[in-house]
Amino acid sequence: MITMENVCKSYRIAKRSGGFHEAVKALFHREYEEIHALRDVSFTISDGEMVGYIGPNGAGKSSTIKILSGILTPDSGSCLIDGRVPWKDRIEHVRRIGVVFGQRSQLWWDVPVIDSFELLKDIYTIPDQVYRSNLDELTELLNLGELLRTPARQLSLGQRMRCEIAGSLLHSPRILFLDEPTIGLDAVSKLAVRDFIKKQNEIHGTTVILTTHDMQDIEALTKRIILIGKGRILMDGTLEDICRGGENIDEEIAQLYRDYEI
Amino acid sequence: MKKYISFFRLRFSMGLQYRAAAAAGVVTQFFWGGMEILVYRAFYEADAAAFPMSFEAVVTYIWLQQAFLAVFGAWIIESEIFDAIRNGNVAYELCRPIGIYQMWFSRSVANRVSKALLRCVPILGVAALLPAPYGLRLPASPLHGALFLLTLLLGLLVIVAFTMLVYIATFYTLSPDGVRIFFVSAVDFFAGAVIPLPFFPDKLRFILELLPFAAMQNVPLRIYSGSMTGEEMLRAICLQAFWLAVLVGVGLGLCRRAERKVLVQGG
Repeated sequence: MITMENVCKSYRIAKRSGGFHEAVKALFHREYEEIHALRDVSFTISDGEMVGYIGPNGAGKSSTIKILSGILTPDSGSCLIDGRVPWKDRIEHVRRIGVVFGQRSQLWWDVPVIDSFELLKDIYTIPDQVYRSNLDELTELLNLGELLRTPARQLSLGQRMRCEIAGSLLHSPRILFLDEPTIGLDAVSKLAVRDFIKKQNEIHGTTVILTTHDMQDIEALTKRIILIGKGRILMDGTLEDICRGGENIDEEIAQLYRDYEI
Repeated sequence: MKKYISFFRLRFSMGLQYRAAAAAGVVTQFFWGGMEILVYRAFYEADAAAFPMSFEAVVTYIWLQQAFLAVFGAWIIESEIFDAIRNGNVAYELCRPIGIYQMWFSRSVANRVSKALLRCVPILGVAALLPAPYGLRLPASPLHGALFLLTLLLGLLVIVAFTMLVYIATFYTLSPDGVRIFFVSAVDFFAGAVIPLPFFPDKLRFILELLPFAAMQNVPLRIYSGSMTGEEMLRAICLQAFWLAVLVGVGLGLCRRAERKVLVQGG
């Protein structure tokens, strides 16, 4: 069970106009701007739910995921995940969650993928038997096979993403955060990843929170959608609520963003 | 504990991959060591009595320094850690049920040890075969040999604890360059990497020997070469332990603070 109540987070960002003159000026006087990444964000997600978390770039999706995974401390508000405050009980909390950041990599660049996995096994102190059976299952479902013996630097993006996802599930987390897991993937890899996430939720009852810009991900995976824009939750409903009977989801979403002026 | 050991193991086996780099390093260090010895020879020929260490001790100091350069080199800093902080990949490391400090510490130790192992064997081997007084001597006594190993380990931990402060500073400054340049030049000069500490003027030397920099290569290299004995050794070992505790304590505290206020860069 995940609850977030009135969470706010702002960043202070140094800004200046371009050009040499401005750069010299900034040496003596910095101008800062407060960016409100999250304003009063609240929602509740039950165990075993699959939720799509959508919004335009810069809406606050990644900030939310970072707070939920204990990396970021919010300015105010509360957040409880299975009775824990993520940023306070960071180590206990992260033991139970899996995170995939689509734009980053957790695999060690120069060594075969399996070495990274073995390290994760020790980091999470996964018992041998659990590790073996999880690895076998993930290898089969994500079709990893030979990839495990290849250094991460020589994998294609789609292959690497499959390995990244497997790496985040080795310790059988109850909750999985996926931050743009299908970014940059070709059609085949996308389908494989979607299919896998769906199965993971069905077989293990894993709670999944997914951020994406690909509406087909949302259509294929989630019933519930939370829409965020300019740091506020604008809508919490189903795909039908958002599409309002329209044919093309992308156009409906774009229209929705325009309606909300986000 | 096991998780830190496997971190060590993975970083270690990665370090062993880079054989060409190690071969190039060995050649450079031979050349450098030889050059330094020739310079010192010129000085010693002028007036050997004017120097605080015997020529043989200086030669041994230099060969050991070259052999264990990877253990004590201030510039051996894990650029991957800086990159992770700068581009936000540190997000993944923060999602692990493991202390950031301990994780980076074991990783840095492994990096230095794996580099040093590949390089020290050929250098020590050849330097030992060189004719006196240009060759590497045996330690002054078995006790000196044993204490050398102990202080080598302590020195390694002290320099890693010091580099940890540079990593953590990057959480605040976001660019590692300034802190790094300052750190590298300070360590090189004050640790006795450029010239051994006994060559400094007495008053300055008295202060330098109390600083954490002197707890790095200065102690093991001087114990082995016999320029430190008896009570002096005991005092130096205590100072090493003291600085190790202080640096680790400060590092852990700052790291915990940084974790709480860290902003992960990039979307």
